[in-house]
Amino acid sequence: MAPALDPQDFNWLCTFLRTESALVIDESKEYLVTTRLHPVLKEFGIATLTDLIGRLRQRPLGKVHQRVIEAMTTNETSFFRDVHPFDTLRDEILPELARKRGAAPLNIWCAAASTGQEPYTIAMVLREKFPDVAARTKILCTDINQTVLERTKNGIYSQLEVNRGLPAPLLLKYFDRKGSEWQVKPELSRMIETRILNLAAPWVGIPPMDIVFIRNVLIYFDVETRRSIVGRIRKNMAMDGFLFVGGAETLLNIDNDLTRATAGRSTLYRRAA
Amino acid sequence: MHALIVDDSRAIRSVIARMLRQAGWTVSEAGHGQEALEVLASLDDAPDIALVDWNMPVMDGYALLQALRSNPGYEQMQIMMVTTETEIERMQQALAAGANEYLMKPFTQEALAEKLGILGLDLAA
Ligand SMILES: C[S@@+](CC[C@H](N)C(=O)[O-])C[C@H]1O[C@@H](n2cnc3c(N)ncnc32)[C@H](O)[C@@H]1O
Repeated sequence: MAPALDPQDFNWLCTFLRTESALVIDESKEYLVTTRLHPVLKEFGIATLTDLIGRLRQRPLGKVHQRVIEAMTTNETSFFRDVHPFDTLRDEILPELARKRGAAPLNIWCAAASTGQEPYTIAMVLREKFPDVAARTKILCTDINQTVLERTKNGIYSQLEVNRGLPAPLLLKYFDRKGSEWQVKPELSRMIETRILNLAAPWVGIPPMDIVFIRNVLIYFDVETRRSIVGRIRKNMAMDGFLFVGGAETLLNIDNDLTRATAGRSTLYRRAA
Repeated sequence: MHALIVDDSRAIRSVIARMLRQAGWTVSEAGHGQEALEVLASLDDAPDIALVDWNMPVMDGYALLQALRSNPGYEQMQIMMVTTETEIERMQQALAAGANEYLMKPFTQEALAEKLGILGLDLAA
C-alpha cells in the first residue's frame, strides 16, 4: 500500500515514540507503523508518512503528535477481562480491605484504563457485593490517550462492546439504553475520576492507593521503563495495598519489593512486609 | 461439553458449531424450537447448554425457552439466547423466563467464548 519508510525516518519515529510514550517498537514492526498511521494521514490531510514525520519533528508538541501516539498504542479491552482478577477482588481483597479500612474511603487506580471497561467492571463488583464500600470508593482512571479517556468519562458503549464479557443481568442492572448504545448509570460513573497521565513520566498528586490495576500495558515498555513505572507505582501504594498485572505479565526481576500473592488464578502483588 | 444450537440460519449454526467443535465439544443442531425438542428427546443426556435464537419459524426461541424451563428434566441445562433482539424488555423477558445468558447478534467469536466463560464453560479448558 504505502511506500516503505526511509530507515532514518523510521528510526526517528521509534525514538520519538520511546521518549514521548516509552513505547518500544522494534525494526520488524514497520508494517504496524504504516497501517496504524494511515488513518492519521487521512485525518490531517497529510500525503505521505515522510511528510507526517516532518510535522512530528516540529515543536511544540501538538494535536498531530498526540494523535500519532494514540494511533500507535493498543486500546484493546473488555468487561471482566480474564475474569479471575475480579473473582479475587470480590472474594479476597475487598473483604480484607473493608475490614481494615472501616469507614475510611477506598482508593483504586486503573493505571491504563483505556475505554473504561476495566474500571466499570471494578465498580460493578463493588456495587454488587459491597454497596456501602462502593459509596466511599474512588476509582482513578488514567491513560496517555485522551480519546479513550473521554470515552471512559462518557461511559457509552456499543452493542459489540457490551456483548463482550459483561453478564446480561449486570448489563440490565447498570446500563441504560441510549439509541443503539448503552450508557453506564450514574451510580457507577459517580465512582469514576479520569486524568491524563503518562506512566513513563513522573507524576504528582496521586493519593496512596489501596488497589492498583496496571494490566496489559507494561508489555509495551522495555525492562528499564517497566522497573521505573512499577517502582513509582509501589511507592504510591498503601503499605497493605494490592497490585494487579495482566494475566501474561510478571514482575519477576522487575521489582523485588513487591511479592507475588497467591490468590486463585490471578496475578497479584503486595508490598513486601 | 455438549451444546445444542437452535437457529434457523444454517450459516450461523455452522459458524458456532465449527468454533465449538474446534474446542472439542459435541454439537447438536436444530432449525427451530419444535425440532430442538425432538432432538433433545432423542438424546440420552441433556446437553450442557442450548444456544437459542429468538425468531424462528414453527416454534420460536422464547416458546422453546418456556417449554424447557417447565420441564425439570432440563433444569441442569443452561440456556443462552443468541439473537438480533436487542431491546431491554426482551432481555428482561428472557432472563425472567430462565435464560442464563443473552448474546446479541452480531457477535464476535471472542464474545461468544467470553459469554460461555461467564457460565463456567471455558472453551480453552
Ligand atoms: C491494551 S490497553 C489495556 C486496557 C486495560 N488495562 C485492560 O487490561 O483491558 C493499554 C492502554 O495503555 C495505554 N498506554 C500506553 N502507553 C501508556 C503510557 N505511557 N502511559 C499511560 N497509558 C499508556 C493505552 O493508551 C491503552 O489505552
